Amino acid sequence: MRRRTLILGGAGLLAAFGFMLTLGAWQSGDLPWQEKKAASAARIRAADPSAMTWQLTSHEGEQVEPQDWLGQANLVFFGFTWCPDVCPMTLLNISDWLEELGPDADRLAGHLVTVDPERDNPEVLADYLSNFDPRITGLTGTPAEIARAAEAFGATYRRVLRQDGDYTMDHTSGVLVFRADGRLARIIDLHENPQAAVPKIRQALKQEG
Amino acid sequence: MIKPIIAGLGLAAVLPALALAECAEVSQGDLSVRAAWSRATIGTARPAVFYVTIQNNGSTDDRLTGIETRVAGMPMLHETVTKDGVASMPHADAIDIPAGKTVSLAPGGYHGMLMNLEAELKEGESFPVTLQFEKAGEVSIDTEVLPIRAREAACGVAP
Repeated sequence: MRRRTLILGGAGLLAAFGFMLTLGAWQSGDLPWQEKKAASAARIRAADPSAMTWQLTSHEGEQVEPQDWLGQANLVFFGFTWCPDVCPMTLLNISDWLEELGPDADRLAGHLVTVDPERDNPEVLADYLSNFDPRITGLTGTPAEIARAAEAFGATYRRVLRQDGDYTMDHTSGVLVFRADGRLARIIDLHENPQAAVPKIRQALKQEG
Repeated sequence: MIKPIIAGLGLAAVLPALALAECAEVSQGDLSVRAAWSRATIGTARPAVFYVTIQNNGSTDDRLTGIETRVAGMPMLHETVTKDGVASMPHADAIDIPAGKTVSLAPGGYHGMLMNLEAELKEGESFPVTLQFEKAGEVSIDTEVLPIRAREAACGVAP
């Protein structure tokens, strides 16, 4: 009983701290949200496209399944095109990595899976991605299809309402690096030095098979 | 056939000029504000971004409390926060500019979010942004619109 009170008290303190830090309602469900994310981190580590069953639509209107990815290494990023800061930065990083890898990138594909399928239809994705390396494919689908794919990768996302009635998205921001056999090689975090990523990707490409 | 070549030559001529461009710098009181830039937008539906570098040369702390610009109906200060691998962009009430320090609004961290755009931001254009400081008051700076693929101000960010 006493232990429970302590835990509850601790949770209250944590929630209060989180609230002070951000002054936002988005964090009010602090503890359950964190537990979900910890579970999600474990799921990301276990993600393996060769065992996945999602189906999405590319920015060129083609149906894409995880089996289409086998035999090539893959960089996967969950984001959305209404995102002003993190997503252009990450797509720019991926574009630069693909260019710097040169011929090593021949068997490597980049994918942006939108977490905002309501706005990011194939045409919108195509228009936006024309600003980045053409080897990056945009993937969208119905909200249920996106939810299924995100679940398979252990990615999370959440719609956040803005003051003016519009909305933005919170989303898993790391770039997942998969080997050609489907195994996850590593996650490149948003705040890692982007210049240090190329050797890591190269290593992942070498470790296949 | 000739047009792309001319366009290419034009680009080749412009790129080094951009790389060597000097940062516009505005000083007021203890603060100097420089390297203000934004990314081109596709249309007006998406929010644009605002990055800038602020140096506090004085011995008292100041705070950036807001931004205003004619290009956006709702400009706000935001911070990209990554927690457990998930990125979010909470509103920042104010950004501390401590005495003797330089603070950058830069990709992946603090940034201005320009919502309800009045017009598409086109590469090569510029627009004024007024920064509101608690102590130094209002400072206006010209903000360059760079390509979507820009990583930093065309003049680089001086340390």
